[in-house]
Amino acid sequence: MLLLENVRKSYREPNGEPLPILDIEHFRLDAGEQTVLRGRSGCGKTTLLNCISGLTTVDHGRIVIKDRDIARLPEVTRDRFRARHIGFVFQTFNLLPAFTAFENVLLGMTFTGQKTDASRARRLLDEVGLCHRMGHKPAALSVGEQQRVAVARALANQPSLLLADEPTANVDPAHQQQVIDLLRGACEQEKVAMLLVTHAPEVSDQFARVEYLEKVNRVLPSPNSPAL
Amino acid sequence: MTFWKIAWRNMQQRALASSLTGFSMALGVALMILVIVIHEVTVQQFSSDAQGYHLIVGGSKGGDVQLVMNTVFHIGNPLYPIPYSYYKEFVDGNYAPFTKVAIPYCIGDSFHANGWRFRVVATTPDLFDKISYGANDDGSDKQYRFQSGRNIQTDHFFEAVVGSVAAKKSGLKVGDTFQPTHGMSAAGNKHVEFEIVGVLSPTGTANDRAVFVNIEGFYLLDGHALPAENRDATQAQQQEPDPIDPNRGRLPLPEQQREVTSILVLCNNDLGMMSLDQAINKGKDRTAIAVKPGYLVQDMLDKVIGPVRLVLLVLTILIVIVAGISILVSIYNSMSERSHDIAVMRALGASRTAVMGIILAESILLSLLGGLVGVLLGHACLAIASPYVMAHAGITLRFWQFNWYESLLIPGLVVFASLVGFLPALTAYRTDVGRSLGAGR
Repeated sequence: MLLLENVRKSYREPNGEPLPILDIEHFRLDAGEQTVLRGRSGCGKTTLLNCISGLTTVDHGRIVIKDRDIARLPEVTRDRFRARHIGFVFQTFNLLPAFTAFENVLLGMTFTGQKTDASRARRLLDEVGLCHRMGHKPAALSVGEQQRVAVARALANQPSLLLADEPTANVDPAHQQQVIDLLRGACEQEKVAMLLVTHAPEVSDQFARVEYLEKVNRVLPSPNSPAL
Repeated sequence: MTFWKIAWRNMQQRALASSLTGFSMALGVALMILVIVIHEVTVQQFSSDAQGYHLIVGGSKGGDVQLVMNTVFHIGNPLYPIPYSYYKEFVDGNYAPFTKVAIPYCIGDSFHANGWRFRVVATTPDLFDKISYGANDDGSDKQYRFQSGRNIQTDHFFEAVVGSVAAKKSGLKVGDTFQPTHGMSAAGNKHVEFEIVGVLSPTGTANDRAVFVNIEGFYLLDGHALPAENRDATQAQQQEPDPIDPNRGRLPLPEQQREVTSILVLCNNDLGMMSLDQAINKGKDRTAIAVKPGYLVQDMLDKVIGPVRLVLLVLTILIVIVAGISILVSIYNSMSERSHDIAVMRALGASRTAVMGIILAESILLSLLGGLVGVLLGHACLAIASPYVMAHAGITLRFWQFNWYESLLIPGLVVFASLVGFLPALTAYRTDVGRSLGAGR
């Protein structure tokens, strides 16, 4: 489903020197699998997700999703591929404030190049328990409701892979479990593979497979090192 | 969801800024509409003034411009008159074969009322019966009509017809009498009374602002007759008056004592017009000149009103450009606050060209909506000003008075909006997704 091979990514420092961020020899995620990638802040989690989604290009290596190396796709094709096959759930939900909950979900379908499916958008919102809040804009929704809309939007195009970037970071402890349950349940129902990035042990402890980015990413020191 | 809807939602999100920038575009477009339509109407009205006949024949002293200004627009001092016999050439003389209608004009008197001065034009009923003015929308000639009363009658010497604007401003109505003043000054001697028998419907021509009297009565007024060459002619005027005689016992002035200021000539055809033009302007007799008023008026419009219109159009185009730049500034300034939204859309699969298209769509929508409101606003102004303009200038302005230039506005605005939207769209295109997503809200 998702395969990373010899992926390297670095940024340029102000003095022109390369600053290595990612160096991943091998990482694999099977179809429908739910995996947590755990790492502390600033260890390249978001960069990795951006590389997997094709928002950021890698310097070297292969990122294969559904048998296509997206690192080698032209940008336009990569965008379309992302729209069709990858769902995103962000730390800050990132709902667009000008659109209603229903329109935010529809927006997730807009860039696939195919007709938007309003009935699916309604059904997804219904499944996350927001059928009565479809016409409300994000400002009128609670934090928990916003996150549920974000999940519905991420699943709008029946993606193969859902990337969740610290989805519980902005949710109070009382609602964290709801978010995790929602994500896991939705992914199981839709048969979507999920790569969830977090630094929170109480989240990662609930998943069967937990990978430490410090272990996967050779740029970083080992999690067993004294620095951690 | 279409890009248009996304753009519309973005506009709604910034409702106040969007409304203000759209309104500035509306004002610019409204001004442009006003300039275009008012110029068009003015040209039409000016042209109408000089339509319905082929030639104006008048005294050779003074020149063609003065002749046209005097005869068509009732402006300026009267020209030196030409003999009545010259007019008769068009009726039953050498020029008659080429002439369909010849209408004599005698100008020189005025009528003063309520602080306004109106030119008194002495003519024959043929002016309103046999001559048209301008053209209707279907191309047919516009005929003079009376909103009340009727035309003057040849054998009722002291009848008069008043133009619509003159009637409104002076208060004259059918059945009233008025006394023309000799000359153009209010201090001139008052002539005998004429009775108003008709009020013209508005024509949008200078005739709306004039009073027309029967030329036969005009000739009988003090100071309008040439000295008599024999006693019989003088005696003929001095019969005992009959109390019910509309002509007050007066007989027509002998032709040898008459003069005319100018003659409106409707020719049989274009060949007749050219023949008369040649005969009058190139012949040995230099008593009069013949002017083609249509050409001269068009020339005046091109040389006088044309440049004014150009200046006004350039100014309004500048206003629209400023409005367009305000759209650019408004959208551009909002780019930093919406870079996060753009990054989210990119994460959802929107390509760079898609987000660029959304920003362009917003610019086009703002310009188009502003432009459409401007078109409506401009025409609403025309409709509101219509009664005032009609009352004071006799020019008809209508809400639906469209000019074909307006049809260029919409495609023009789309192109213009695309240009002004390009810079913010380019900013959207270049948005750093990773940084913007990380910035959060």
